[in-house]
Amino acid sequence: MVDKVGAVLVVGGGIAGIQAALDLADSGFRVYVVEDTPSIGGTMTQLDKTFPTNDCAMCILAPKLVRAGRHANVHLITNAEIKKVKGEPGNFKVTITRRARYVDEEKCTGCGVCAQECPVEAIDEYEQGLSRRSAVFVKYLQAVPSTFAIDREKCIGCGTCQEVCRADAIIYEEKDEDVELSVGAIILALGFEEFDPSLKSEYGYSRYSNVVSSIEFERILSATGPYGGTVLRPSDGDLPRKIAFIQCVGSRDAKLGNNYCSSACCMYAIKEAVIAREHNPNLQCTIFFMDIRAYGKEFDAYYSRAEEEYGVRFVRSRISDVKKVLGSQNLIVRYVEDGEPKEEEFNLVVLSVGMKPPKHVEELAKTIGIKLNKYNFCSTETFSPLATSRLGVFVCGAFSSPKDIPESVAQASGAAARAGSLIATGRGKLTVAKKLPPEIEVSDKEPRVGVFVCHCGTNIGGIVNVPEVVEYAKTLPSVVYAEHNLYTCSQDTQRTIREKIKEHNLNRVVVASCTPRTHEPLFRETIREAGLNIYLFEMANIRDQCSWVHMHEPEKATEKAKDLVRSIVAKARLLKPLKKPMIDVTPVGLVIGGGLSGMTASLELAKQGFEVHLVEKEKELGGNLRHIHYMLGSEDPQERLRSIIKEVTENEKIHVHLDAEVADIEGYVGNFETTLTRGSDKKGINHGIVIVATGAVEYKPTEYLYGIDSRVLTQRELEEKIGEGEFKARTVVMIQCVGSRNDERPNCSRICCVQAVKNALKIKELSPETDVYILYKDIRTYGFNEDYYRKAADEGVLFIRYDDDHKPKVTQENGTLKILAMAPVLKTWFPIEPDLLVLSAATIPNPDNERIAQMLKVPLTKDRFFLEAHMKLRPVDFATDGVFLCGLAHSPKLIEESISQACGAAARAATILSKKRLEVEGAIANVNEDLCSGCRICEAVCEYSAIEMKEKDGKLVSSVLEALCKGCGVCGSTCPTGAISMLHFTDEEILAQVRAALKEEKKYD
Amino acid sequence: MVEFEPKIIGFLCNWCSYAGADLAGVSRIQYPPNIRVIRVMCSGRVDPVIVLEMFANGADGVMVMGCHPGECHYLEGNLYAEWRIKMLKKLMACAGLEPERLRLEWVSAAEGSRFANMVKDFTNQLKGLGPSPLASEKPDETILASIRAAERAAGTSRLRTLVGREKELAEEENVYGEKVTQEEFDKLMDESVKEEHLRSRIYLLTKDKSMSVKELAKHLSVDTRVVLRHIVVLRRKGLLAMDRIEGISPLYVALEAR
Repeated sequence: MVDKVGAVLVVGGGIAGIQAALDLADSGFRVYVVEDTPSIGGTMTQLDKTFPTNDCAMCILAPKLVRAGRHANVHLITNAEIKKVKGEPGNFKVTITRRARYVDEEKCTGCGVCAQECPVEAIDEYEQGLSRRSAVFVKYLQAVPSTFAIDREKCIGCGTCQEVCRADAIIYEEKDEDVELSVGAIILALGFEEFDPSLKSEYGYSRYSNVVSSIEFERILSATGPYGGTVLRPSDGDLPRKIAFIQCVGSRDAKLGNNYCSSACCMYAIKEAVIAREHNPNLQCTIFFMDIRAYGKEFDAYYSRAEEEYGVRFVRSRISDVKKVLGSQNLIVRYVEDGEPKEEEFNLVVLSVGMKPPKHVEELAKTIGIKLNKYNFCSTETFSPLATSRLGVFVCGAFSSPKDIPESVAQASGAAARAGSLIATGRGKLTVAKKLPPEIEVSDKEPRVGVFVCHCGTNIGGIVNVPEVVEYAKTLPSVVYAEHNLYTCSQDTQRTIREKIKEHNLNRVVVASCTPRTHEPLFRETIREAGLNIYLFEMANIRDQCSWVHMHEPEKATEKAKDLVRSIVAKARLLKPLKKPMIDVTPVGLVIGGGLSGMTASLELAKQGFEVHLVEKEKELGGNLRHIHYMLGSEDPQERLRSIIKEVTENEKIHVHLDAEVADIEGYVGNFETTLTRGSDKKGINHGIVIVATGAVEYKPTEYLYGIDSRVLTQRELEEKIGEGEFKARTVVMIQCVGSRNDERPNCSRICCVQAVKNALKIKELSPETDVYILYKDIRTYGFNEDYYRKAADEGVLFIRYDDDHKPKVTQENGTLKILAMAPVLKTWFPIEPDLLVLSAATIPNPDNERIAQMLKVPLTKDRFFLEAHMKLRPVDFATDGVFLCGLAHSPKLIEESISQACGAAARAATILSKKRLEVEGAIANVNEDLCSGCRICEAVCEYSAIEMKEKDGKLVSSVLEALCKGCGVCGSTCPTGAISMLHFTDEEILAQVRAALKEEKKYD
Repeated sequence: MVEFEPKIIGFLCNWCSYAGADLAGVSRIQYPPNIRVIRVMCSGRVDPVIVLEMFANGADGVMVMGCHPGECHYLEGNLYAEWRIKMLKKLMACAGLEPERLRLEWVSAAEGSRFANMVKDFTNQLKGLGPSPLASEKPDETILASIRAAERAAGTSRLRTLVGREKELAEEENVYGEKVTQEEFDKLMDESVKEEHLRSRIYLLTKDKSMSVKELAKHLSVDTRVVLRHIVVLRRKGLLAMDRIEGISPLYVALEAR
């Protein structure tokens, strides 16, 4: 077999592209990222906050961007486009055109002097036209790479930038150039384009300045945006009192030819309304919508909070038009609610614009040789959501269908797995190890501390007096250097930190900015590159735990920031370099659950060359897919299931354990030891990672006479009936949200609307004269499934809405099943007497979750699904290293979504399994054997069995197993003789830190 | 008069409470700026000696925050924190410092507002209590001496061993296959705390100058017999020696710990 080229081309540098690039680079492949604009980051960099956690988008994205920018095996090719693709899967030759940037990427320091002096102003696309930038520019403040570029169209060629550039980085004579890359696979992460709202002229966009698009509003909300984070309206800079959000602008609009739902707009509009309210508590936000599609994990809870806590008003309506009030900049929104025309005046109107395929997509599709669907998004199949029509070319993110960030991230990892499987034989052939300078010996030297204080745009600097904190830091013992940065996390500041370490011989570094939970790894890497051991770094959290929580007390916040800096410097002075132990990795995976997700994850791991144990508690593979008999498209699910099962059972790397359960899991990342039981048989297996794919189950309803009247079925039971050819009925009623979106289970089960539409269409296909009623709260056929909703309506399926105060009433009288439903506009109850009542029962967590969660020490949500490490950017990881999740175990989802996640979990697992040895934490317990009395209390209190007793000089002393120790420190604070210290959190270090927090040094000695 | 602003030290576990505090920030929930947060990996890392040292250094209040029971990132580190805090509160009571100045709370990573409320509540509670007698430039010397003694007691192997064994004894049978009830254990703990505290006070007093049993008893307002009993133990442990005899009373002096 010829080796495949161990490199991958990722097209598109948004969040999806970056995730795919990092996963591949971390599992032994070289990655090229080609990005159209001068910087990576994509649309997510423009967002203010993200739902449902309200995390600041830039804060969670920046570390990933910086990591991609620094990764030895990720090569960013920005301001570039694909020209030609030749070759075959495993061995493509791709020609890339690098457009002239006119700025030397090697020389530019990103200082920005050129932009300050540039006399030309141009519309700032990043700020959505709400601001101006110069002709020589950088896309956004924390841009990666931070290299500037000249906008040739706007530049008048005056030569000023070259005059002022100290780095000699301006090259006016630069030309576009072509580069040829050899890659084994290609991943398309082209993202999307926002719908141009001026095409909906009735909304007045581009005619009235106070009608803005949702992405413009993101910039208006953002602290780094044109209005510095104060919500102002563009016409006169006044604070709006009343804002209207209009949903489905450019989506669900058959007239425009965009019948699909853009999937993310309901949630982002709710989020924008909530955040706007946080900025200005007097603000009234109204969302005009058709259906609220809060179908994702914990989304409905967010939706309720918006309504209840933030007073966001939701109006189910159709918009007629938006008109400007004569003699004022206000706007009149005219709409129809409950059949009645109404109008209302607002100060600002936000249009929730949908997602369109990327620009020039047809041309690009031709160049790459892939098919597009009827909406010009990338064409994919339900059972292969990550494959394009060209072998070896994969897709992820919004380019294959409109989707939100976590879906895109899971898909990106999934596409990385598919690419990795294809070129597995090329692993490690083209990667380079990052060359790090030897560590500088510091133990014999006096501490020399450098302090870097971050403004975080205005997040810190707007409240805390940052220059004052810097001046104060300079007075602290051992501090020999201090400065402030607009963004300490930006790439140019990383360079500054490395330079300052050299210039001032710094041997301890303190950054005062945000939280070490997200940013410590980045800064540790930076100081390591400058030759310092990573443990010689500390952070003071003066944003999340200071400026953001004391916004109205700037002086006290400044004092607190000084205290925090003083206190952390006191600890930093005592920091000691530590070594990270290396542990061996067993290159074997354990997958729990043999449904579609578990089988898919197993196959991807096996194709990447890793052995897999697949454990299923039932006697056969297939899980929930066994009950699915037809799809909305033409694919045959049972045929697909049979072929996947065949592939799994025939793959010699996959060991299938049927009728088996995981009884016990011991160990840690790289080295798990698991006991499987099958009846009374026990079997031990060793593996390096775990993927949880335990699925979910259909809720057994207790409402609407289910179980009492045999004509009341669940959707799954109906499907079985149809599948077996036993369906016969003249009238069918379906009730949505049975067991979902109620007090007990507040969240949406996501799949039931699509399932109901699918079954309704099937009924219409089998028996066109049958009447089908669907009683619903919101129809949530997001994405391209909207087409089927329309089709169902066209074919005469009657959709009737109900709300919680007017739920359908189901009775049985003299053998007749009778349903009373509330008629929408008339508001009267009307009866239906169906032959079948079908309940769209909730998807509820597998009851085994509790046990498995305990065994793996991973958390569950309130709803008892598994809780991932981060809802937005780590959708398939657990916080515990080496444990991943996918499929229904994570939350209810459709088949293609489960497959994407399963591939994603396999890619994340491969970043571990592909390494022979893994570095583990260095901040662990340490025993002073001379002080140890051998009392064994530490052994008793350690939950990880990380302490064993060993003989030394005739006495029994405690000893720490490095790979098992998690560094909690319980043993140290228990040890009666003070023999155990917790490295990096020693008594001396903590004492110095707290003492300094309480008193200034001069008062204390 | 300027309103009293309590100084609070918060020990937050990295995984739940620190993340909860970050969430309060991300959610912009405002709370009083009186707390200074120290990040530790686990609430179980918080050594009782360090907590008492904080009070000795003038902290008006100390908060220890960890994951909710059953959710500890390190499985049960938070339970050790709970047992330690219980013991610490006893020691504080012995030392004459309000035990309410020490608080243990559970805050999860999703509870930003809970965190903010806890800080608000504790700040107000401390405002009600007033400044710690050890917080001013001239701290109350009796209480300071007593807290120093508590700090020493918290470092003794007797108290540390008892706290360290509480879980085993509470959950399992002892080495004889007997069950030690919580009441029995608490009683044992109470006695041991009182004794170790008093013993530490004696030790620390005699570190500064040689003292007789009567002088010690008067100073500590305890019976001379009790003092003598402790002196016997301290001498046996090699922590105290007879310095000289004045009149009919021997004077004792503390020795450096081995």
